[in-house]
Amino acid sequence: MAFINLKNKVIQVKIVYYGPGRGGKTTNLEYIHRRFHDRIHAEMVTVKTHGDRTLFFDFMPFDLGLIHGYQIKVQLYTVPGQPKYNATRKLVLRGVDGIVFVADAMAVCRESNVQSLRNLQENLAAYRKNLATLPWVLQYNKIDLAEQGIPVLSVDQLEQDLNRGFGRPAFPASALKGINVAATLKKIISLAVTSIREELM
Amino acid sequence: MSYTLDQRQLDRIEDILKADLVDNGVRCVFLIDMAGNIITHMDNGEKQHDIYSLAALAAGNFGAVSAMAKIIGENEFSLLFHKGKKENIHFNKISSEFLLITIFGNEISLGFLRMKVADSVEQLKGLLEPLVPGTDG
Ligand SMILES: Nc1nc2c(ncn2[C@@H]2O[C@H](COP(=O)(O)OP(=O)(O)O)[C@@H](O)[C@H]2O)c(=O)[nH]1
Ligand SMILES: [Mg+2]
Repeated sequence: MAFINLKNKVIQVKIVYYGPGRGGKTTNLEYIHRRFHDRIHAEMVTVKTHGDRTLFFDFMPFDLGLIHGYQIKVQLYTVPGQPKYNATRKLVLRGVDGIVFVADAMAVCRESNVQSLRNLQENLAAYRKNLATLPWVLQYNKIDLAEQGIPVLSVDQLEQDLNRGFGRPAFPASALKGINVAATLKKIISLAVTSIREELM
Repeated sequence: MSYTLDQRQLDRIEDILKADLVDNGVRCVFLIDMAGNIITHMDNGEKQHDIYSLAALAAGNFGAVSAMAKIIGENEFSLLFHKGKKENIHFNKISSEFLLITIFGNEISLGFLRMKVADSVEQLKGLLEPLVPGTDG
């Protein structure tokens, strides 16, 4: 639910990183914070447990600069991935304008990726939204693990499992090494902003 | 789904918040939506807060408390208050989509603040309710 301030010419856009627990959502935001520190004028806010897992969400405002005379302020959120935190996950989705689904490419995570995507669809339905109409992209994270001989799913396999019928942009990535983290972010912001613009016209 | 507010609407909102709250000694007031967007923000110039983070946490906090209300069979808690040593924070729901947050010091009594907030909320309701169909939540 983007808010457009016509007086100050500011558009606020909400992007949520979603996906199974330990898939790399928080690591994406940490990388973005390091890489784009000139556009982020605040510390990352994180509500987490003692065990360092995301409890409620991570949050980081990101200044995109001017587009067509409007200042775009992107609000980046992550959700807690663990199944037991569904209530808070649902809250974070409220008013979302775009989603990055961060899948864990490790072979052992195949089932939890699928379950998390299904959970996302259920939670969106509560807000009368769905993946057919909402701007969203996929990120297949942790591809760097293949070099260490850890079994990872092939992109074909991940596409089959998660993107069949959707055909959304998908990025093999390593949030840890910063591979395709910026590309993922750029894509989702561009899709979300386009969708807001179309809605206004 | 997005929504817009133009100069005239925002000026009107700011006039209300200034007259009821800022001019009565509130340090900082912000109007947000339940997604965590900031609609407007005013302060008395003393302190700069990280307002975007505050808004995100406030919307999350309010959402969490509302979800707790449902679990215990309450429809909602329409207002919340957190007391600190020097700073206090007060949340008041305006409609299903909007929230008014005030930060104030101990020189203002909670009773007085509540009365002023209630005045503002009454006036803001008429302005904000037509904006967003209550589809979220
Ligand atoms: N090898 C590797 N590890 C990663 C990558 N991204 C995240 N991790 C690790 O996976 C763990 C969980 O990451 P985190 O960002 O907390 O996951 P979240 O639960 O989705 O927020 C951490 O130990 C990260 O260092 C990646 O691209 N490659
Ligand atoms: Mg996390």
